[in-house]
Parts: sequence; C-alpha cells; structure tokens
Amino acid sequence: MGANGAGKSTTLLTIAGLLKPQKGAIYYQGRDITGLPAPFLVKEGIALVPEGRRVFSRLTVRENLELGAYLVKDKGEISARMEEVFERFPRLKERQRQLAGTLSGGEQQMLAIGRALMARPRLLLLDEPSMGLAPMLVREIFRIIQEINRQGTTILLVEQNAHMALQVAQRAYVLVTGRIVLEGSARELLKSEEIRRAYLGGQ
Amino acid sequence: MAGFLQQLVNGLSLGSIYALVALGYTMVYGIIQLINFAHGDVLMVGAYVGFAAVVFLKLSIWWAFLLAMGCTALLGILIERVAYRPLRHRGAPRLAALITAIGVSLFLENSGLLLFRPEIRSYPPGLILNRPLSISLGGIDFTVTTFQVTILAVTGILLLFLQYIVYWTKTGKAMRAVADDADAARLMGIDVDKTISFTFALGSAFAAVAGVLLGLYYNAIDPLMGIMPGLKAFIAAVLGGIGLIPGAVLGGFSLGFLEALVSGYWSSRMRDPIVFLLLILILLFKPSGLLGKNQVEKV
Repeated sequence: MGANGAGKSTTLLTIAGLLKPQKGAIYYQGRDITGLPAPFLVKEGIALVPEGRRVFSRLTVRENLELGAYLVKDKGEISARMEEVFERFPRLKERQRQLAGTLSGGEQQMLAIGRALMARPRLLLLDEPSMGLAPMLVREIFRIIQEINRQGTTILLVEQNAHMALQVAQRAYVLVTGRIVLEGSARELLKSEEIRRAYLGGQ
Repeated sequence: MAGFLQQLVNGLSLGSIYALVALGYTMVYGIIQLINFAHGDVLMVGAYVGFAAVVFLKLSIWWAFLLAMGCTALLGILIERVAYRPLRHRGAPRLAALITAIGVSLFLENSGLLLFRPEIRSYPPGLILNRPLSISLGGIDFTVTTFQVTILAVTGILLLFLQYIVYWTKTGKAMRAVADDADAARLMGIDVDKTISFTFALGSAFAAVAGVLLGLYYNAIDPLMGIMPGLKAFIAAVLGGIGLIPGAVLGGFSLGFLEALVSGYWSSRMRDPIVFLLLILILLFKPSGLLGKNQVEKV
C-alpha cells in the first residue's frame, strides 16, 4: 500500500523484469534475479497483472489467454489450463471469440488475471486490480484473488483500496517515496492508528 | 464501359504490387510506429537479387522469387538490427528513427549505384508467359494478359500466406500482441526484439516479390527504382489506414485503380500529381485512413 507515486507499481514492474533497478537486488526462491529479462522470469513462475489491465485489445479473449501461455509448447496443456481459467471465469468462456477491447472493465480485469494464470505462476503480482471497478465487482475480484491464493499461489498485491487489501492479505507493507515505512501482519495494520488515519478514513 | 473495365484490369496488376509493398510498411508501422522509408529500396535489392538469380545463376523465375525473398528477409533483419534497434533500446524519439530510415534509404540507393552501376538492366524475355487472353463478360470485351493473371495469383497466394501467419501461428499472435502493447507482450514471455525482426523479414520478403514483379512488369530495373513504388505504397498504406493489414491491401488496390483511371481517362502525366494530392487530402481529412477508427480507450 502507499500513496500515488510511492513506488508500488515500480516495485512490481522491477520484480517482473520490465524495469531495471538502479540499485539493490531482487531475490526469488533464494536466487538473485536482479535485472533478468521478463521472458526468463515468466519461465521461473513470476506473472504480473499490470496496472490498467493491459489486455491485448485487438486480439480475442481466447488469443489473449493463449498468449498467457506463450512459453508453453504442449497444446494439450494449454487447453487444459484454458479450461481451468474458464471454470474460474465463466464470463470469459462466453466471450472467448470477442475482441478483448470490447469487454467491460470488470471482464478485462478477469481476462488480465486469467491471462496471467495461464502461465501457472508461483508468484502472481497484481497491480491495483480494483481500479475503476464498481464495488460489487471489486468484491468479486477480491474473492477470486483469495481463492487463487488458497490454491497455493503466492500473491503480491498492490492496492489503493487499503481496507479491502488488508482484509484479504496476510502481510502488508506501506511504502512512502520508495521506502517501506510500516510492515506487519495485515490484522495488526488494520488496527494501527497510523493506517486508520492515513488510508482507512478513520479519525 | 469496355474501356473502364480494361482500366480496372490494368489497375489490378499495379495495385497488387502496391499492396505487397504497402503490407511491409504497415506491418512495421503497426509494430514499432516507424515509417520505414528504406522499404522501397529493399524492393530494389529484391529486384536485383531476382535479376542475378535468373541471369547469373540461370535459375527459373520461381526460384528467383524465393531467393530474392530470402535475401531481402535477411537484409530487413540486418537493417532493423543495425539501424533501428539501437535507437529503440535507448528510447530515442520517433523522429530520430524516421530520419535514420531516410538515411538507410539513401545508403541503400547509393550502395546500389556503386555496386550495380546506374544503368538500366532488363530481365531476359520469356521468363513468365505473357500472352493476351480475350475475355468477354456479359457482352463487354477486354483483354487480360497471362502475366497480369500471374501477378494477381502470386499476390493472392502471399496474402493467404500472410493471413495464415498473422492469425493462426504463434509468431503471428506474438506480432499482433507486440503491436497492441509491447510491454504486456514482454510479460507473456514474448521476445519482442525477435518478433520485430520477424516482422521486418516478412515485410521485406514481400517487397522482394514486388521488386521482381516490377522488374518484369516494366522490363527494367535500376538502383533508384524503389523510390517511386516505395512512396506510392506508403501512400497506399496511409490511404487504407496505416498499421492495418487489410488497409494496406485495400489501399494498394485503390491506388492501382486510381492510377489506371487517371492514366486512361486523363493523362499518364497527371498520375503522380493526383496520387500525391490524394496523400495530402487523406492527411487533411481522414488521417486514420479508410479503415482506421479513432480508438476509444477504456479506463
């Protein structure tokens, strides 16, 4: 969590290999992955659902999902994964032949998450999945995120919606201008005075 | 009416050639937003490779096409690698890439003048059957040559091939993904540079076919032969909607028809001025082209 410009997205983009860190190192499963290119990291099990969803708007829903498994060679494996994604997001199955650009915001978010899941990540990075969505959809998306997590995928979630985020997360970190100023279990942070004042609108 | 139909038939051949060249412009633009002004000169190189294949290697014209495609595909990859990729990786402004493209174009033209010498050369006669066929359609008579049919058939086959690549293969999907959002494509594990190289190879191979066809069509090749068709194909791509594959085909054929009609009913001297006037008009009134839409982004 953190205010605009705190460096949340930058952190995720750097972990995913789209940005190179100016200093410091990134360790993943005990290995230094600093500066490795994105395709390599995808193979290692890191997938990012970027801010603003970034679905391929001129490709169909199905093609978007296929590209999520771009590095998978086995066609049977790809369709098995697609079936799983369709089970999780039945809406995507209905719309699989539609261009992704014609989907609603919520559907695009589902597609972005589904596309990332096609890579079978061990670490899923989510950048503001609730952005611009109606409250009901936000709850739905968060329910799915929790479900994915329970099924064994580690999730690193960036959220402006601190209240929602703290309810689903186990641990939370607060960033201010690129530094962690507060960290702890989500439950602790929910109770913290500082957090209440700054992010949850409490007095 | 017969005259009109005859002009359309004539426009079809040149239109096919423009379409083949325009595809290269539009694919490269679609993927890296660069007008590759060296594209016409790649066409010239293709024409010379085809010429060398039939004259020096004594190959059949079909092998000449394939050899020209292969060589220019490599040339396209080389140009991208040497001239455009370093700029892209350094985040250079688009204008720098455009000026570089003009530089590459001048480099190829002058290398051509040095290596191939400025004289005009002709493909040997009889490489492709060129016999007139009289056709009567609903009482209207017109003539088509077997060469015109060949041009159309070659173009048709290449268009089907392209359609297959772009819509059915993994590489084609990667191409479209990179064109849509390069960073998101990277997140899928797509090698963006490799995909761009492939796009250059594909576009350049198509230009080579156009180069050989033009060499056969005008029965003349020279090191500056790529300039005009290059510009015309650029106009065709803009006319159809730059970055759109169907737009390049539509633009190419439209331009071919327009040229044939202007030459047939007015004067062939008015052909080029009219075509460039068309470019100005499109840029003024519909810069997104015939098939282009203003994209609405969802927030």
